[in-house]
Amino acid sequence: MKRVRATIIATLAAAALAVSACGGGGSSGSGDAGTLSIVGFAVPEAANKAIAAEWNKTADGKGVKFKTSYGASGDQSRAVVAGLKADYVHFSVTSDVTRLVDAGLVDASWDDGPNKGIVSSSIVVLAVRKGNPKNIKDWDDLIRPDVKIVTPNPASSGAARWNALAAWGHISANGGTDAEAQDYVTKLFANVVSLPNSGRDATTSFLSGTGDVLLAYENEAILATQNGQELDWVVPKTTILIENPGAITKNANPKAKPWLDFVLSKEGQRQFALKGFRPIIDGVETTGIKGARDPNNPFPKPEKLLTVNQDFQSWSALSKKFFDEKEGIIVKIIAASGKSQ
Amino acid sequence: MTSAVLAPDRPALARRSDRGGGRPLTRGAALGLGMAMLWFSLLVLIPLAAVVVTAADGGWSHFWDSVTSPQTAAAIRLTVGTAILVTLVNIVMGTLIAWVLVRDRFFGQRALEVLIDIPFALPTIVAGLVLLSLYGPASPIGVDIANTRIAVFLAFLFVTLPFVVRTVQPVLAELDREAEEAAASLGASRFTIFRRIILPSLTPAIAAGAALSFARGVSEYGSLVLLSGNLPMRTEVTSVRILGSIENDNLEGAAAVAVVLLVISFAVIVILDVIQRRMVRRG
Repeated sequence: MKRVRATIIATLAAAALAVSACGGGGSSGSGDAGTLSIVGFAVPEAANKAIAAEWNKTADGKGVKFKTSYGASGDQSRAVVAGLKADYVHFSVTSDVTRLVDAGLVDASWDDGPNKGIVSSSIVVLAVRKGNPKNIKDWDDLIRPDVKIVTPNPASSGAARWNALAAWGHISANGGTDAEAQDYVTKLFANVVSLPNSGRDATTSFLSGTGDVLLAYENEAILATQNGQELDWVVPKTTILIENPGAITKNANPKAKPWLDFVLSKEGQRQFALKGFRPIIDGVETTGIKGARDPNNPFPKPEKLLTVNQDFQSWSALSKKFFDEKEGIIVKIIAASGKSQ
Repeated sequence: MTSAVLAPDRPALARRSDRGGGRPLTRGAALGLGMAMLWFSLLVLIPLAAVVVTAADGGWSHFWDSVTSPQTAAAIRLTVGTAILVTLVNIVMGTLIAWVLVRDRFFGQRALEVLIDIPFALPTIVAGLVLLSLYGPASPIGVDIANTRIAVFLAFLFVTLPFVVRTVQPVLAELDREAEEAAASLGASRFTIFRRIILPSLTPAIAAGAALSFARGVSEYGSLVLLSGNLPMRTEVTSVRILGSIENDNLEGAAAVAVVLLVISFAVIVILDVIQRRMVRRG
C-alpha cells in the first residue's frame, strides 16, 4: 500500500516538475557545489530573485547559481517529500515545513533560531476598488448586504487560511466568544462571490472586476500596484501577522546556510521590503517602497496585530480546529454558505 | 465503411471475433502488441490501478464518507450533469459545424476550419481568462455570468467544442453522395435522407466525439479557476474538491472521488457505445 502511495506521489511530483519553470529537474544529489535549489511558494519569487542578485555580490554568494521552482505552497511541499531536490524551501505556512520534518528531510530544530523559522512576513489587508467606492473601513463593513467579497479558498489553499484566521481573530481577540466569531465568519462567507484556489487567482479574479473587496496579503497588494494594477487597500484595526517559514534541508549544499543567513540579514530583509513584505527584524530601511500607499511609511502598524502562536496556539492546533476536512469550523461554514443560497 | 477510419476499434473487434482469435501472431505483430500493451500499461493501467488502490486504502467507510459528503456529492452532480448537457449540445452543434465545413462553401471557411482547434491549443487557464473578460463583470457586451453555474457550462462548452466537429468532419467528407442522390430520386425527403442515409454513417463518429467531449468536460479544471468562483454546493466542480482533499493531505479521499469519476466516465462511454451500435443496426 505504501508503495502504491509512493507511486502516486511520484506521479504528482513528476507533473509538478514538468510544470514548474525550473529549467530542468534532472539533477539529483548535490553533486554540483555551485548551485542552490530553491523550492518555494509563488508569492516571494520576485523577492528571492532580488535577494539572490544581492547575495551574488558578496564573498559568500559569489558565483553561486540558483535553480528555482515556485508554485502553490502545499504542492511544492508535497513535491519535495516526493523527491524534488531542494536545498532551501520557502513556504506560505509552517505546516508545509512540518511535513518535511515528518519525512525526515528537514531537521526538527529548524525553527529554534531567534527568527523561529520565519523568513518573511506580511499582514492580511482588505483590498478595495480605487477610491474605495463602497467605503470599506474595517471588518464590520464586510458583512453589509451590499458588499461582495473575493478570497482564496481556505479549504483548498493553505495560504488562504491566513485570511480566515484574520476574520475570526478580529472577533475572538477583541473579547468575542467562539460563537460570535463563528457568527461573523458565517456572515462573511455568505457575502463571498468567488473562492479561487490561490491568492494569485483571487487577485486576478478581483482585478478582472469580480467583487468589491479582496481579502489579500499586503505584499500582494503592493506588488500588484508596482505592476501598474489599480487598487486600494485598507489596513483593518485588527489583523494577523502572516509568517512564512523558510528552512534548509538536511543534506543541503553547504552554501545553503550562508544563503539563509543572508536572507535573514538586514540586506536580505531590505529586498523583501522593496517587494512589499514586512521585515522580520528591526532596523531595516523601509523607505522608498514603490507601490505602497505611502512609500515612506509603507507598513503602518495596525492597532492590534495577532500572531499564530499568541492567538491560535499553533498551526497544528488551528489546522485541526478550523480546517479539518470534515470537522473544521471554517470548512463547515464554507460548505454551509452554499446551502443557504 | 469510412467509420473504420475514426473508430477503428469497432470493425476491428468484429473482424477479430470472426476469426475466432485462434491464429498465432507473427513475430512483428507480437512485438507490436507487446509494445502497445507496455506503453498502455505504463501510461494508463498502472496509474489508474494505483488510484483505485489508494482509494481502497482508506477503507470502505472512508471511501463512502468521502464521496457522499453533501459538498462532494453536489460537486459530482454538477460536474456530471453539466458534462452530459454539454455533450448533448456538442452532438447537435458539432455535427452542424462539421456539416457546414464539409458541405458548404463560404467566405472565411478556411479560417473557421483552423479556428475550430483553438480550444485544443489554448492553455485552459487562458481560456478562463478570455471568457472572464468577455462574460465577466467587466464584460464589454454586458453579459456577466462569472461565478454562476452558467459559467461552468460555458467553460465546458468552450474546451469540448472541437471533439464532435473533428470526429464527424472526415467521415462526412468521405461519405458517398450517390446513395443520397438515389434516395432523392426515389422521392425521399431531405429529412428522411438525413435520418436514414447520413445519420447512420455518422453515428459512430458522433458517439466517439461525444465520449471524448464528456470525458474532457468531467476532467476540466483550468478554465474554471478564474471563472466559476468555486462556490461550494453551487459552482464547485469535482476536480476542485479533489484538490481540496489533496491540500488536506487526504490522498485516500481524493482518490475515492477520482474513482467515482472514473466509473461514471466509463459507464457513459459504454452507454454511448451501446446506443451507437443500436442506431447503426436500426439505420
